[in-house]
Amino acid sequence: MASEVVDATAAKPRGGRFCTVCNDRRPALKRPKTLEQICKECFYAVFEDEIHRVIVDNHLFKPGERIAIGASGGKDSTVLAYVLSELNIRHGYGLDLFLLSIDEGITGYRDDSLETVKRNEIQYGLPLKVVSYKELYGWTMDEIVKLIGLKNNCTFCGVFRRQALDRGAALLKVDKLVTGHNADDIAETVLLNILRGDIARLSRCTSITTGEDGPIPRCKPFKYTYEKEIVMYAYFKRLDYFSTECIYSPNAYRGFAREFIKDLERIRPRAILDIIKSGEDFRISTSTKMPEQGNCERCGYISSQKWCKACVLLEGLNRGLPKLGIGRTRGLNNESNKDMKETNGTKGLQSKQCGTLDF
Amino acid sequence: MSCNSGTCESGCYREEYSGDDVRHNRPLVTGNSQESNGVSSRGGYSNSHGLCIKCKVNETIASTHQSVAAGGGDSIRFCADCFRSNLFGKFRFAVTSNAMISPSDNVLVAFSGGPGSRVALQFVHEMQHKSQKNFDASRDRSLPVFGVGVAYIDESIIFPIPSNDFDSGLDEMKLIVSSLAPPAKQFFVVPTESIYSPDCAAGRDQLTKLASAVNDVTGKEDLLEHLRMLSLQKIATENGYAKIVLGTCTSRIACHVLEATIKGQGFSLSADIQYVDARWEIPVMLPLRDCLSEELNTLCSLDSLKTIEVFQQPRSGINGLIASFVKLLQHENPSRESTIVRTAGKLTPFCFNRIPEVGHDNGHLASQRRQKKYNLKPNESLPPESFCIICNSPLKKSGNTIFNDLDDGETRAAAACSSCQYQILPRDLSSLEYFYSLLPQSMCARARDSSISHELLRDQIQDCLLSDSNDGT
Repeated sequence: MASEVVDATAAKPRGGRFCTVCNDRRPALKRPKTLEQICKECFYAVFEDEIHRVIVDNHLFKPGERIAIGASGGKDSTVLAYVLSELNIRHGYGLDLFLLSIDEGITGYRDDSLETVKRNEIQYGLPLKVVSYKELYGWTMDEIVKLIGLKNNCTFCGVFRRQALDRGAALLKVDKLVTGHNADDIAETVLLNILRGDIARLSRCTSITTGEDGPIPRCKPFKYTYEKEIVMYAYFKRLDYFSTECIYSPNAYRGFAREFIKDLERIRPRAILDIIKSGEDFRISTSTKMPEQGNCERCGYISSQKWCKACVLLEGLNRGLPKLGIGRTRGLNNESNKDMKETNGTKGLQSKQCGTLDF
Repeated sequence: MSCNSGTCESGCYREEYSGDDVRHNRPLVTGNSQESNGVSSRGGYSNSHGLCIKCKVNETIASTHQSVAAGGGDSIRFCADCFRSNLFGKFRFAVTSNAMISPSDNVLVAFSGGPGSRVALQFVHEMQHKSQKNFDASRDRSLPVFGVGVAYIDESIIFPIPSNDFDSGLDEMKLIVSSLAPPAKQFFVVPTESIYSPDCAAGRDQLTKLASAVNDVTGKEDLLEHLRMLSLQKIATENGYAKIVLGTCTSRIACHVLEATIKGQGFSLSADIQYVDARWEIPVMLPLRDCLSEELNTLCSLDSLKTIEVFQQPRSGINGLIASFVKLLQHENPSRESTIVRTAGKLTPFCFNRIPEVGHDNGHLASQRRQKKYNLKPNESLPPESFCIICNSPLKKSGNTIFNDLDDGETRAAAACSSCQYQILPRDLSSLEYFYSLLPQSMCARARDSSISHELLRDQIQDCLLSDSNDGT
């Protein structure tokens, strides 16, 4: 392991008398981002204020907008819902907030976390909409994993969730979607894209708002918020959240980056923000070939190919071809597939054009 | 919000992005060379005859040189000759397509004693040797042979080495350099402190003070690296060398990509990782940029190229963490280092990342044509406004000024990048001024003459100024 670095503030004797911000109360914690000793009240204040600054400086919202908060019941989305509704009132953002939750159909995991979100609905007074894979696609993740095993299941879930969020947001008739992606997530993504050679994603992954030219723009108010601080906030405020890992979680390549960032944070906490800064500053030619944006022939969702990825994967599931759409195959998009398979009677929803959902 | 790591089952990302480099068959990552002639479980390549896949005549390195470290794929795929010529081919291609060495140049090779610079030195010598043979054989002797010098920067004042080890290490180095003749090469052994003045004692004192003024372990290591470059520049300028050659390899660059990203230097990263870096007075070349450290180690083993172990410093702090991370990734996927460098290679370089086209004679038009042209947009091809005084990295925009320095009545604005400001420079103003006084003159000289930029500003607003004087009275 790398040798220890003595940070000036950490070298102060432990149990130094007062909070470094208010100089009045006893410190309750060491702030993960800056290592300064701080009392609970000042921590709440500085945590909430930094997020408020991010929202204002990046012009994330306009008064009167309807905003859906992607809520999984986990710590990030719970804290996001809590803080956003707080700030909405305190600073008069004038937003209409909703909770949007996705039910992937994972027993023993999602059904538990959904209970948390239902409690959040009551606790924070925010209307909740749950969209399920079952009603959208005719498949639950449990059924999918039974068919395809534990390889590539994250691909299915991720692709389906993205579309599910967009469809749910359209049903709620919201103007924007916010997610709880935090600084650690974004730093990991920057590293991952460097490791995997994805220069196109590298140029997009540090944007605080994405998809402005798509159906629903999404933004990440926690872009500069440390995961550890989110946990601390939730802990001290005793917020209600569900803290188990997905039972199907694999050793995705992200695991490497995650471990590394944890080690890095121990030696130099500000490195997480520095990685994000690097990601924003990379000199990437804007003439890099970007995919042409069109619409899926089957369901009308936004897509750069003939069929959107969700439809390709779905076709694979329905035909018992689990590898369809996985890896670099020519696959379905070169064939015009007219017949729609029976899928437990939810055929109607699958073929629904996006136009009727008022995107 | 991210996927959590658990037990390995899914390779979802790996499946999608596995086709990184079609050239590299996924080799067996095994230390046991006896198995290496069997079937490779990944990529499906079978080399059961133990023959070189290129010439199909000779036996592979694993067969002929059992003692050579079985560094993954190459020793089970190539014979010694093909391996060597492949590696030298990469070097030669880098040199010619970037017009690195002109016949009239004197080239200074930085030699650390490690495998990278040892191979660089070897290859440069072989090129020079061939050039000399051609010269001797030609009738009109029109094309001169380029000169080669070797430099070792002695950093023992900061990283002490036991004097026996140091002396024997130095002797070995001198032996290596003298054996690489004809043509004979000058060998410079220069301590870092001589960057201050010829007076060793004063230099040593100032350098020690400077090093101890840096608290951060990574910062100290990086500062020393910057001083190393300044020392090389000084040797080259004072002894008439037109180019500096470093033995930096793909693996080292991969680490540097991550280091720069983690330190917030994403903007300047592309400047450091190209074949050519001409922002210095003496341009710096990286001809081994496409060679992996594994390949260089194999070659040193194969050809008994001696490396000086005792001069190799392990990296510490952030740099050390990254080095072990990259090693782990490379072990998991042997094309990872190449992928990292290839990704970073897609970042837009700077205008100084090519040999300056100054007064090239018509005899070298061929190499000029082959020189890579970057499609820089107009605003990207402008030279950066300022550079960091510590690490010389191009700065993104103004506003990095750390303070103004009065030097013989002329104001100079010293600017530094955020990384150097955090890990090298002290925080408060008085310590900062003291620190600045400890810097070698060649660093301070980078401070931009702020009176010039002030003039430029004035020109832009001249037509709206009501008063002639600077303060508006």
